[in-house]
Amino acid sequence: MRKTSERSTDSPVTVAGCPRSTDSPGTGPEFQHSTDSPGTEAGSPRSIIGPVTGAGCPRGESYFIQEITDPRRTLASSVLVTGGELPLCSVRLTEPVPIARIPDVMKEIRKMKVEAPLESGTVLIRDVLGLGSNVIATKTIRRIKDTQ
Amino acid sequence: MKQEIQDLDVLIIGGGPAGLAAALRLRQNGIENILIAEREKQPGGILRQCIHDGFGLTRFREMLSGPEYAERFIREAEALKIPILTNASVTEITPDRIATVVARDGLRTYRARAIILAMGCRERTRGALAIPGSRPAGVFTAGVAQAYINLYNRMPAREVVILGSGDIGMIMARRLTLEGAHVQAVFEIQPYPSGLTRNIRQCLDDFGIPLHLSHTVTKVHGERRVTGVTVQEVGDGFRPIPGTEQFYPCDTLILSVGLIPENELSLGAGVKLDPHTRGPIVNERFETSVPGIFAAGNVLHVHDLADYVSLEAEELADAVTDYVTGKDLPDCSVSVTCDKNINHVIPQTVSLRESVNLSLRVNRPLTDVKVAAVQGGDVIAKKTLKKALPAEMISLHVPKDRILPGKELEVRIL
Repeated sequence: MRKTSERSTDSPVTVAGCPRSTDSPGTGPEFQHSTDSPGTEAGSPRSIIGPVTGAGCPRGESYFIQEITDPRRTLASSVLVTGGELPLCSVRLTEPVPIARIPDVMKEIRKMKVEAPLESGTVLIRDVLGLGSNVIATKTIRRIKDTQ
Repeated sequence: MKQEIQDLDVLIIGGGPAGLAAALRLRQNGIENILIAEREKQPGGILRQCIHDGFGLTRFREMLSGPEYAERFIREAEALKIPILTNASVTEITPDRIATVVARDGLRTYRARAIILAMGCRERTRGALAIPGSRPAGVFTAGVAQAYINLYNRMPAREVVILGSGDIGMIMARRLTLEGAHVQAVFEIQPYPSGLTRNIRQCLDDFGIPLHLSHTVTKVHGERRVTGVTVQEVGDGFRPIPGTEQFYPCDTLILSVGLIPENELSLGAGVKLDPHTRGPIVNERFETSVPGIFAAGNVLHVHDLADYVSLEAEELADAVTDYVTGKDLPDCSVSVTCDKNINHVIPQTVSLRESVNLSLRVNRPLTDVKVAAVQGGDVIAKKTLKKALPAEMISLHVPKDRILPGKELEVRIL
């Protein structure tokens, strides 16, 4: 019962699991998985990996190298709101962070409590855990009208 | 009770991504007397609970969450003073475009020159699958679990099994895990995943959640609450294979087994539906079989990206603008069909006057294929694809001067 979704294991390494931002190649934004792009000199991720083939879009190759050398993800969750029309405000990271740090970032988000009103886009945690990414509110929450 | 009938140029039913985008475009086109009827407290539709990012990549060239994507449209609608009647359920529309709306201040009746159906879709439930077993609490569709967690601050699960590899199910696998639940596995009855590759990667693989293809839940156990499910491998015709039963103890079964366009209102107005999309049959102007009633977004066919819903709704709004301003409209006399590799094509009829983008889905994964529009044996448009997946909508552009009169246009896989 180990029939999981198939992954190509062809050699040389074949790009699989490219995020589907490829609908309009060249017109979408670059996925910013890392600020420093892997180089080609000896000992760099690129030279360790060897030739990369099978990229389905212009971004495929850099995505692939990023994905196996320093995989990063964004994160979406929510924080508790007091005095708001909704009990929760959704939040997200502005930049992807290393996958291994996602649980730590989640812990920081869980600690948060915010007071309504709140504008979408407000920075709730600047440079969370020094990872170069902000936690921002993604919903505008109005303050609940004071009851009599 | 005597009711006053209010006249509108356009009534838009639903304030989600389709309805909002259509309203904005109508107003930009100079159509003033419009109204959005929205049954929820706030506009935004399903985007309000889709807090994950990935929205807006094609439209805004930014990676936004669902609520942010919706707010961009809502802000613009507010700036243009487009009236949005919230907490308002449309209960009936007639073929002559009279709509009955239950609003907070009572019953309202509108007569519209055009109606836009933008109600979106709903989830298939356990009832649609007929899974044997008891009827305990703890069986939720993925969207319901998503609303509990993201809107109402309620945690519905601890030990989870997910049936169906739809995108919302996979996104909820990640969300539940981040919130401290344990997701044991995702089971998919098809031999291929039904959601997008990026979600398999980022929502399942990242968290070590296995995806088992050709498996389904064959029994739900539990009295008051789910205590477990029996899972079986399936063979030909999706029949469970005896002897492959495995029991998974869990308190929650999440279903992500497909979306169905929400067309109760459309049926009431006599709108004809396509048995494959389960949405209205439309011409290239997104007009249904009932003149003056138009449809776009997930009510028409289920999309994989909200950005495409907005685009489609804007195209529809241009067509509705022509309709209400009395433009001479082309006769859509060419019918569009598809071969057995393709599940459906939208629109179902086209004219000779305009170029058209056909939206279609294949019904199984294919590699290195050509999707072609064929008329009377001639290929009039084609597109080469490295891979075609049922999870990904395909768009095929057919230039206007290539379409021939009188002959059926078939979309084929070559």
